[in-house]
Amino acid sequence: MSELPAGVERREFDGESRLSTRGEPVYGEPTDGAWRAWDARRSKLGAMIELGMATGLAGGETVLYLGAAAGTTVSHVADFAGPTYAVEFAPRPMRDLLDVAASRNRLFPLLKDARSPETYAHIVEPVDVIVQDVATRGQAAVANTNARFLNENGRLLAVIKARSEDVVAAPSDVFERELDTLRESYEILETERLEPFHDSHLGVVARPK
Amino acid sequence: MTDAGSDSGWFTSIPPDDLDAARTAIEHGSTETPADWPANALETAFAESRADYYDTLHEATTHTARAAVEAHERADDQQLIRSVRAMDDCDRTANELAERVQEWAGSLFPDAGTGIDGAREIATRESSDATERRVIELAGRVVELADEADDLREYIRQTAPSVAPNLARLAGSVLAARLIGLAGGLESLAKKPAGTIQVLGAEDALFAHLRGRAPSPKHGVIFTHEYVHGTRAEDRGSAARALAGKLAIAARGDHYRGEFNPEIEAQLEARMATIRARADADGSEDADE
Repeated sequence: MSELPAGVERREFDGESRLSTRGEPVYGEPTDGAWRAWDARRSKLGAMIELGMATGLAGGETVLYLGAAAGTTVSHVADFAGPTYAVEFAPRPMRDLLDVAASRNRLFPLLKDARSPETYAHIVEPVDVIVQDVATRGQAAVANTNARFLNENGRLLAVIKARSEDVVAAPSDVFERELDTLRESYEILETERLEPFHDSHLGVVARPK
Repeated sequence: MTDAGSDSGWFTSIPPDDLDAARTAIEHGSTETPADWPANALETAFAESRADYYDTLHEATTHTARAAVEAHERADDQQLIRSVRAMDDCDRTANELAERVQEWAGSLFPDAGTGIDGAREIATRESSDATERRVIELAGRVVELADEADDLREYIRQTAPSVAPNLARLAGSVLAARLIGLAGGLESLAKKPAGTIQVLGAEDALFAHLRGRAPSPKHGVIFTHEYVHGTRAEDRGSAARALAGKLAIAARGDHYRGEFNPEIEAQLEARMATIRARADADGSEDADE
């Protein structure tokens, strides 16, 4: 079991030990004083940490978050990390993400397409960590084209959703194919299926080649 | 401010407290490679400290995203409904007037063509008397209406994907707009069961069926979708049901989440392949006989 990053703690919520971070609650999660539970069932990064993957997160990193959606996971990342750039393509979830950003002054929401990094490279600085959770085909290609943002010793924490690539193929085949693509730009350090928290998802930890 | 150079950040050449200039730079700027923008901002005296830079960046990015979200919300389903109705009115009126032009022009110009194309050709002619001038002018109105219908169609193609990304992808922009119009809005479409969406636009047939006078309709406006009209008649009911099911899911995703989900389309493709394979299977059996 790897160490939790600073700013992430295991605390008791309703008699159950759960991950938590300190910040303004955003989606009705249970709270304990300033701490709020980080639901591994709603957050794939939460599941990766819960499953003990070696994310290399220590707390305070600069982060580029691809596929921020309504900001459930981003809110926790911004709680324990440093400056966090949150890229989301769809305007509807961006409205919720703006609420999350309102109480987090080092969270920068960007309405951009993660497949076109040149449209936000004039805003995003080189980062320590890329977190990726995009629901589009070609997830590994998205990670590859965004590798330009990662510092030499940085980490990619990606989630590959099998059903976004191919709904009929076996998830394990999809994962192999995506990992092969990912190896063009990254060295894969660890992979793990995110069951029981998320079906047909693979958590990936990688570093730039 | 589309490209201030490959090595410049969003803040290059904007005053620190001009949020609208910042918005333009954030939305339209681009560069291939990232750089240490906070350090760069200090060097160029855009910011006094890293904290100061991040405060400005936070304000600029939230302002930009909020403005874009608000613009998106103005491009709403009601505007889409009005534009598809206006498009249909223009199309119908243009065709009706084109018939009048054709009838009239036929008595003056023996080589007059038919329909909108015929009217286009007549509109370019020179008139030799007052009567011909009236026909040619009328043909000109037909052309303008037909062009306006095309412009409206193009407008719908551009706006439907931002109002309803999943529905527009699955149904095509124009059919998506029609379905939203028949339901009265994206929200009410999202609340309709698939079986209702399947027969939207076939209300006459549906009520005839409910009164016991007719078989149940297999499809309403979704007939215009290639998956329905391009499927052989025996399997059209299945195709319409499969399409309507995914359209219902798409409408719900569009209304409640607003995110594009490529899974829906992939699932529909797989289902349609199964339905259409029946025709191939029957075809090969026939060949065996």
